[in-house]
Amino acid sequence: MKFAIMVNEGVYQHQSTDSAYQFAKAAIEKGHEVPRIFFYHDGVYNASSLTEPPQDDRNIVSRWQKLAKEHNIDMVVCIAAALRRGIKESNLAEGFRISGLGQLVEAGIQADRLVVFGD
Amino acid sequence: MGAEMTEATGGIDFEDEEASGVVKKFMFVNRKAPYGTIYALEALEVVLISAAFDQDVSLAFLDDGVYQIIKGQHTKAIDVKNFSPTYRALEGYDIEKLYVEKESLDQRGLTEDDLLVDVQVMSSAEMAKMMSEQDIVISF
Amino acid sequence: MLHIVNKSPFENQTLDSCLRVAGNAEGAAILLTEDAVFAASKGNSNESKIKAVMGKVKVYALWPDVEARGMQDRVIEGIKMVDYGGFVDLVAEHSNCQSWL
Repeated sequence: MKFAIMVNEGVYQHQSTDSAYQFAKAAIEKGHEVPRIFFYHDGVYNASSLTEPPQDDRNIVSRWQKLAKEHNIDMVVCIAAALRRGIKESNLAEGFRISGLGQLVEAGIQADRLVVFGD
Repeated sequence: MGAEMTEATGGIDFEDEEASGVVKKFMFVNRKAPYGTIYALEALEVVLISAAFDQDVSLAFLDDGVYQIIKGQHTKAIDVKNFSPTYRALEGYDIEKLYVEKESLDQRGLTEDDLLVDVQVMSSAEMAKMMSEQDIVISF
Repeated sequence: MLHIVNKSPFENQTLDSCLRVAGNAEGAAILLTEDAVFAASKGNSNESKIKAVMGKVKVYALWPDVEARGMQDRVIEGIKMVDYGGFVDLVAEHSNCQSWL
């Protein structure tokens, strides 16, 4: 089954981004596909290359990068939401791409399920 | 909102996609008040984009979401854009299915007359049924 | 339809809203995640509300969140525990899902 995922909150402030990651990982482990993860609202902060968590904490950004690379996940950051919050190509972490909201609707059309993680 | 919408649709290469021609039932569930947080505004931006995809789109307003479509919003003094007129423009995008849960209105001392758009008011049970019939539910 | 709730019932009315709409709906299931797992604990003031819907809809709680919050020995009987894989299964088994954010 194809699961599209929408992430609506930023890193560390809310658990929703962790829940989204654990869900995506579990879905893949069960043999499902996660073709696209769409980051919206403060979720765009998941794509900041400037994030520097303490050494003893999980690194949310690099965790996404690794999962996406290994499993060919298209990680899309909403352009309007990103520009509003100061995320642009110059500070976009590798593995993410900035595009339009249409990518979210398209993900909903193409996937079997869309799961929203937010607060 | 016009220019922003055009920008946000950029990069859609939809005609060539395998999903072209597929019509799914999309429901956008609004449960948060406007202005206090950005969810309502950014939800509306998604709704407007969805119109370009020829899907079966509906909006549900529950809980504080009903305050998004209340009449008489004046935002000049807080210096935030009043986006409430956009709900009235949805009809022009062929988005005409606006559902409001009656219990949410009742709890807030509101009636259908307090709303700035034509909506279908329904009970919690009817709302549950409507939700369960969707393919995709995007909630804010 | 799967309904996902992630808010503490002591913080706001999200759980109440979900139960009001989905608590009696045919084929509905409710999954408590993150801070919503506090609603799954014995003796909390929402226990009767949860038990009232359990005859009609299935209620689940996400075990990693239950355990993280020290609620593992307090879970109301009849609430089913799932891990993230079980969460995935629930989404797959139901025709659609809604997160009550």
